[in-house]
Amino acid sequence: MTTFPVEQIRADFPILQEKIRNKPLVYLDNAASCQKPQAVIDSIVHTYSHEYANIHRGVHTLSVKATDRFEGAREKVRAFINAASTKEIIFVRGATEAINLVAQSFGKSQLQAGDEIVISAMEHHANIVPWQMLCQQIGTVLKVVPINQQGELLFDEYLNLLTDKTKLVAITHMSNALGTINPVKQIVEAAHSKNIPVLLDGAQAIPHMAVDVQDLDCDFYVFSGHKLYGPSGTGVLYGKQALLEAMPPYQGGGDMIRKVTFTETEYAGLPHKFEAGTPAIAEIIGLGAAIDYLNQFGMAAISAYEAELLAYATEQAQQIKGLNIIGQAAEKGGILSFTLDRIHPHDIGTMLDSLGIAIRAGHHCAMPVMDFYGVPATARASFAMYNTRQEIDVLMQGIKSLIEVFG
Amino acid sequence: MFDDLRDLYQEVIFDHNRNPRNFRVMDDANRQVEGFNPLCGDRLTLFLKIEDGVINDASFQGQGCAISTASVSLMTEIIKGKTEAEAETLFTQFHEMTTGKSEDIQLEAIGKLAVLAGVREYPARVKCATLAWHTLDAALKNQAQSISTE
Ligand SMILES: Cc1ncc(COP(=O)(O)O)c(C=O)c1O
Repeated sequence: MTTFPVEQIRADFPILQEKIRNKPLVYLDNAASCQKPQAVIDSIVHTYSHEYANIHRGVHTLSVKATDRFEGAREKVRAFINAASTKEIIFVRGATEAINLVAQSFGKSQLQAGDEIVISAMEHHANIVPWQMLCQQIGTVLKVVPINQQGELLFDEYLNLLTDKTKLVAITHMSNALGTINPVKQIVEAAHSKNIPVLLDGAQAIPHMAVDVQDLDCDFYVFSGHKLYGPSGTGVLYGKQALLEAMPPYQGGGDMIRKVTFTETEYAGLPHKFEAGTPAIAEIIGLGAAIDYLNQFGMAAISAYEAELLAYATEQAQQIKGLNIIGQAAEKGGILSFTLDRIHPHDIGTMLDSLGIAIRAGHHCAMPVMDFYGVPATARASFAMYNTRQEIDVLMQGIKSLIEVFG
Repeated sequence: MFDDLRDLYQEVIFDHNRNPRNFRVMDDANRQVEGFNPLCGDRLTLFLKIEDGVINDASFQGQGCAISTASVSLMTEIIKGKTEAEAETLFTQFHEMTTGKSEDIQLEAIGKLAVLAGVREYPARVKCATLAWHTLDAALKNQAQSISTE
């Protein structure tokens, strides 16, 4: 193992000291949501204790302070994903809202009946349903890039789906159900060669690797704060400035206007045009704190450590008879989705829970992926930077024991 | 190792999970309803033959977790020979037992089904146990469409 300071990191996450059913918690449901370091918890307490007021609205000291902190978080996010400008960072509630925003604002204003939107067979429902809704509303057509048995995107099929009719590509950077990391740079390049904009769903990728939106050259990138060790209720839509400028607002209200009369409204400039109403102020400041926390270690080091964890878990899992790993892409993030012969994932989930191990059992909001593999559900262990080899040993021992009990 | 789970996973449940009873398609069924639990993707099809208000045969198909498989397997056993009204009463009792709405369930009345009382302590699993019964309820009410636990 590398000299990644995992013990130091574990000490920073108070919840990891919890006991679940009298056993030490082994938290392996990070793809659903990550736990929070003390720095994030402290940030929220600090905001509410000392620096809270509504933002962009008052001349009083607290409002100015809160606004400064809030806009400071925007700058932290900008730097974290290397966006060109804070105007390109729109705060939303999560990846889901970000995709809906693009579908409703960009989609409705730029696409027409008959235009095609390309997604993939491994998308989360959040990157399927908003496009289906748009298709119902305006008559666009959804095209789906298939995957192979390993859970990898069929790149040639993707290229074939890019036609004169294609007006948007929306694909996940990393699959939550399979762990597959898609070749997003090539995906963007191929689409751009036909002047097709690309949205990347970064909900899973963002906590596991360094993301540079300018290097990727994607047109939109979305993610949720709660999967990045930050508070729930926070999310980010990155969009290239020119695209965002051309898009109409998503919701109307306070904060997104420059001037309102009863006959007309002049909208605010970026990014405020897309931020109607009072946002999750303390939470977004907390997201900034999560980014500061991660920057101490660096995403490259986190990525390398998690890759070792995944390799170890995969190697151990492969030795268990009757365990089938679902998703074996060559490029994969820290997700181990699996089934056990004759044992339903829900039973696996309950049994492991009784040992203090939290995993996800279900369809992972990716029912089409389950259909592709012909299973109703899978069990999924997903890793974060605070997990250890020893926790993987506990998981594997738990799986072996429950196989025995089921007989 | 799984001592805490003894109330939930009783031997009877493992037994019905390994060897589900009445696990077959019924060609001469006169009621057939599909049940679906969107939470976990479990699906089952329940077949009933009801003559003069009596359930003369019951069977099922589908896949699910041990709790839901055992529940539907036990249910098909217990409702055979019961009248529709008796089966409805069982549905109500079973529902109350698993959701803990009633403290003084007559465990004798519910017989073997009592092995599923343990789900009460596992809110995330209650729907696994009740799916079969909601499907039965729909079949008795003659709602031929598929039903879901949501
Ligand atoms: C790949 C992917 N996209 C989108 C989402 C939606 O994120 P949220 O529920 O935080 O909006 C998730 C979360 O599970 C995800 O894994």
